Amino acid sequence: MTEGLLTSAYIVSGVLFILALGGLSNQETAGRGNIYGIVGMIIALVATIGGAQVTNYTTLAGCMVVGAIVGIYLASRVQMTQMPELVAMLHSFVGLAAVLVGYASYLDPGTHLQGVERVIHEVEIYLGILIGAVTFTGSVAAFGKLSGRISSKPLLLPGRHWINLGLGLACVWLGYLFVGAEGESGQLPLIIMTLVSLLFGVLMVMAIGGADMPVVISMLNSYSGWAAAATGFMLQNDLLIVTGALVGSSGAILSYIMCRAMNRKFLAVIAGGFGTTAGSGSGVVDDGREAVPISAQDTADLLSSAGSVIIVPGYGMAVAQAQHSINEITKKLRDNGVEVRFAIHPVAGRMPGHMNVLLAEAKVPYDIVLEMDEINADFENADAVLVIGANDIVNPSAQTDPASPIAGMPVLEVWKAKSVVIMKRSMAAGYAGVQNPLFFEDNARMLFGDAKSSVDSILASV
Amino acid sequence: MSMTIGAPREIDPGERRVAITPETAEQLKKLGFSVAVETGAGDAAHFSDDCYREAGVEIKSDPASLWRESDILLKVQSPRFHPALGVDETELLPEGGTLISFIWPAQNPQLMERLAARGATVMAMDSVPRLSRAQKLDALSSMANVAGYRAVIEASNHFGRFFTGQVTAAGKVPPAKILVIGAGVAGLAAIGAAGSMGAIVRAFDTRPEVKEQVESMGAEFLMLDFAEEADGEGGYAKVMSEAFIEAEMDLFMRQAMEVDIIITTALIPGKPAPKLITEAMVESMQDGSVIVDLAAQQGGNCTLCEPGQAVVRHGVTIIGFTDLPSRLPTQSSQLYGTNLRHLLSDLTPDKDGVIHVDMEDEVTRGLTVIDRGTITWPPPAPKLSAKASADKHMATAAPPQQGAEETEVGTSKGWGSALLLAAISLALLFVGAIAPAAFLSHLTVFVLSCFVGYMVVWNVTPSLHTPLMSVTNAISGIIVIGALLQISSPSGLVVVLAAIAILIATINIFGGFFVTQRMLQMFRK
Repeated sequence: MTEGLLTSAYIVSGVLFILALGGLSNQETAGRGNIYGIVGMIIALVATIGGAQVTNYTTLAGCMVVGAIVGIYLASRVQMTQMPELVAMLHSFVGLAAVLVGYASYLDPGTHLQGVERVIHEVEIYLGILIGAVTFTGSVAAFGKLSGRISSKPLLLPGRHWINLGLGLACVWLGYLFVGAEGESGQLPLIIMTLVSLLFGVLMVMAIGGADMPVVISMLNSYSGWAAAATGFMLQNDLLIVTGALVGSSGAILSYIMCRAMNRKFLAVIAGGFGTTAGSGSGVVDDGREAVPISAQDTADLLSSAGSVIIVPGYGMAVAQAQHSINEITKKLRDNGVEVRFAIHPVAGRMPGHMNVLLAEAKVPYDIVLEMDEINADFENADAVLVIGANDIVNPSAQTDPASPIAGMPVLEVWKAKSVVIMKRSMAAGYAGVQNPLFFEDNARMLFGDAKSSVDSILASV
Repeated sequence: MSMTIGAPREIDPGERRVAITPETAEQLKKLGFSVAVETGAGDAAHFSDDCYREAGVEIKSDPASLWRESDILLKVQSPRFHPALGVDETELLPEGGTLISFIWPAQNPQLMERLAARGATVMAMDSVPRLSRAQKLDALSSMANVAGYRAVIEASNHFGRFFTGQVTAAGKVPPAKILVIGAGVAGLAAIGAAGSMGAIVRAFDTRPEVKEQVESMGAEFLMLDFAEEADGEGGYAKVMSEAFIEAEMDLFMRQAMEVDIIITTALIPGKPAPKLITEAMVESMQDGSVIVDLAAQQGGNCTLCEPGQAVVRHGVTIIGFTDLPSRLPTQSSQLYGTNLRHLLSDLTPDKDGVIHVDMEDEVTRGLTVIDRGTITWPPPAPKLSAKASADKHMATAAPPQQGAEETEVGTSKGWGSALLLAAISLALLFVGAIAPAAFLSHLTVFVLSCFVGYMVVWNVTPSLHTPLMSVTNAISGIIVIGALLQISSPSGLVVVLAAIAILIATINIFGGFFVTQRMLQMFRK
C-alpha cells in the first residue's frame, strides 16, 4: 500500500470516528454511530497492516487474536452496574499502551533526527510517556476504588500539595536532563520520570472521594486521549493525533459537565478531599424534628393512588441491582394510568450517564427518563417522589445553607412534591458527609432497608 | 426602589373578574412589590375591599390616582374608554409605565398605536408562547378551562332533563348525550364536567393524537376514516382539506340527530371560527336540545349562533355567550391572578420588587407586545430547535442569587482568559519560529481536531454519556497503530514492547466497541 493510499484511508477513518461521536447525539442514531466507529477502526487497521512498514505478521496476529478474545469476553461478561470499573480498566490499557509505544519509539534504532527535530521528537516521547503513565496508574487506582478493592474514602497525605508540586518539578527537571542527554545517557532520567509519573497517578486518584468519581473517570478518559495524541506527534501519525484530540476533548467536556453539576472547580476536585471540610460547615439539622418511617405497603399504596410519580435513582440503586424491579413497578403503575417519570441528576452514580444505562438495561423506555433541567420545575406538580439510594443530589441545603459543603450544587428539588419517600439503609450522611434536611421535611417519609428488598416488597403490594 | 402594582376596577359592564385577588396580592408583596387596588374592584368577584385590606393592599377610591401612582398596571380586559373619567384608559397609563392584561394585538391595531405613543411596556396575556415552561403563565388555558366548565353548566341550565341516567320509581330516565367538538383545554374541561355529571360524552378533534387525552377524561373519541394530519404550529389546529371537511360534516350530521347537547370549541388561530354546525343540523336536533358555542367571539362554529346571546332556533337553544370565564368570577380571577403572579415572579428573579424585562428570554419576548414604546409584536416565529436550545440555556444559567459575585468573578476571569490567550499566541509564535514544517502541520491537525471534538461532543445527549465514554475508549485504542508500526523493528526489545502494546490496545478496541453496542441496544422507546 502506498503512502498516499494510507493517508486517504486515515482520512476516511478520522471522518468515521467523528461521525461515531456525532451519532451519539440521540438514541436513534447512536447504534449507527457505533458501527461507523467500528468501520473506521477496521479501515485504519487494515491500511496500517497492509503498509510497507509492517512485516512481522505472526507476532501481530497472535497478539491481536488474544486481545480480541479477551476484549469481547470482558465486554460480554460485564454487569451494567460495573460499567465504571470496565471503563476505568480500559483507560488504564490506553495509558499503558502509550507508555510502551513511547519506550519502543525511543529505543527504535530506525530514527535518526538532528537539531530541532530531535529535540521536538524527544519532548514528544517524554510527554507521551508521562501522560500515559499518569493515566495508567490513575485508572488502576480508580478501578480499585470503584470495584471496592480500595476504600473509596479520600486518602489525604499530610502536605500532599507539596508532594505533588515536588513530583511535578522533578518531572520538569528530568525532562531537561533527558532532552539534553547524548546517546544512551537519556535512559536513566526517562525511567525515573516514568516511576515518578506512575506514583503521581496513584496519589492523584487516591486523594479523590467517591462522590467525585464521575469527574475522575471523565478526566482519565480525557488523559487517555491526550496520551494517544502525544503518541501521534511522536510517530508523526495524523490519525492518532485526530483520534487522540477527539477523545481528549470529549473527556474534557464530560469533566466540565460533571464539575458544573456539582458546582465544583475542576482543580478543587483534583486537589481532592471532598467532604473533609464537612465538620466545619453547619450541615446539621437538629431542630427537634424527626424523620418519619413508612412501610413498603404504605409506599405501594401511596404510589398507586398518585396521579404522577417521579422516581429519583442514585448509586444505591446500582449497588442493590434494583433497576429491574423498579421497571416492573413502573410498568404496573403505568398500566394503571399513573404517570411515571425518572429524574436523573448528572452526577448520579459513579460515571456520566451511569443511571441511564442501568435503566436502559432494565428496559425502562428512555423517553420517560428525564434530565435534571427537564424535570426540576415539575416536582411541584408530582404527587409522589420515590428516591432510591440517592442523598446529596436531593439535599435542599445545597440551596438554603450557604455554609454547607455542597452549597450551590444544582440539586433535584424533590421536596416540592406532595410527598417524598426516601429509601435508605440508615440515617447516615451521603458521600459529601452532609446531613440531609430533606429527611425531616413534613412531606418526607423514610423507607429503611436494603434498596432491592424494599423495592421488591413494594412491587408485591402495588 | 420597589415598584407599585395597581389593579383598577374593570370598566366593561359585563366583566366581573379582577386582576388581583387578596391571595395573589399577598404573594406579590412577598416579591417586594407594594400593591394597590381601586375600591370595589373585587366586588363582582366576591372579594371585598376589607379582604384586600387584610392582605395589606392599599385601597384607592380615585381610579385616576391609582393609574398615575402605579408602576405596573394589571388588568383583565384591554384598555378602553373610561365613561366616569371621560378619558381613554390609555391616557391614564403613566408615561413609560407597564401594563399587563389581555390585549389581542392582532384585532386592536389602534390600541397598540395609542399604547406605544405612551412609551409604555405592554405584556399581552393572550400572547404567551405555547412552551411547557410558559404553561404557568398561560391565561388563555386557564380561562379556557373555566369556559369549558361553565359551558356545561349553561347547557344544563337550558336543558330540560338530567344529565345522568336513572332508574326511579317514577320511571326510567335516559342519560343525556353530549358531543364536544374540539378537544383543546376548553373541550377537555367540558368533557370532564359533563362526564362527572353523568352524561354520555363523545368528542371529536381534527388532531388524532388527542384521542388519548379524550379517552383519559372518560369520553369516547369519534374517528374519521380519513388520514390527514392537523397539528399546526404551536399545537393548534389548522385549516383542513375540503375532502376532510366533507367527511367531518357528514359525521356531525349523523351525531346531531342523536345527541342532546353540542358544545363546540373549534378555533383556528388568526382565522374566523370554522362553521361546523349548519342550519340543517340544528333542525335535525330534537326540540329542547342545547348548543353551546364557545367560538362565538370569533363568529361562532354554529351558523345560527348570535354572539353574546342565547337564542332559540328550530326549538334548539343556541348559547353564544362570550363572557363564560367572567360568569365564574371568583374562580377566574383567582386563576388569572395566579397566572399574573407567576409572570411577575419570573420578571423579578431577585425578589426586590423591580421587574426586569429580558427580551432574550423566549417567553418574555413572546408576550411583550410593546417594549418601551416600540411595538414588538408579532414576535419572531418560535422554532422547535431554537426553543430547545433556549430552554437549555435557561436551565443552565447560574442561580440568580449568585448574581453579584458572578460579575466580579466574571471580570477577573475575563482578564485571566485574555492573559491566557496572549500566552498561547506567544507560545504559538515561538513554536512557529523554530519548529520544522512537518511538526506545524501536525499541530494544525491537532488543534482543528480538538475543536471538532468540542463541537461534536457538546451535542451528545447526557443519557448517552456512558456509551460516549466506552466508544471513545474503543477509538482511543487506535494507539495500536503506533505499536503496529513498531512491531517489525529489528530490535528485539522494541518488538516485545510493541507486542504487549498491541495486545492491550486490541482488548480496548474490541471490548470498547462490543460493550458500547451492548449498551446502545438497550436504549429503546
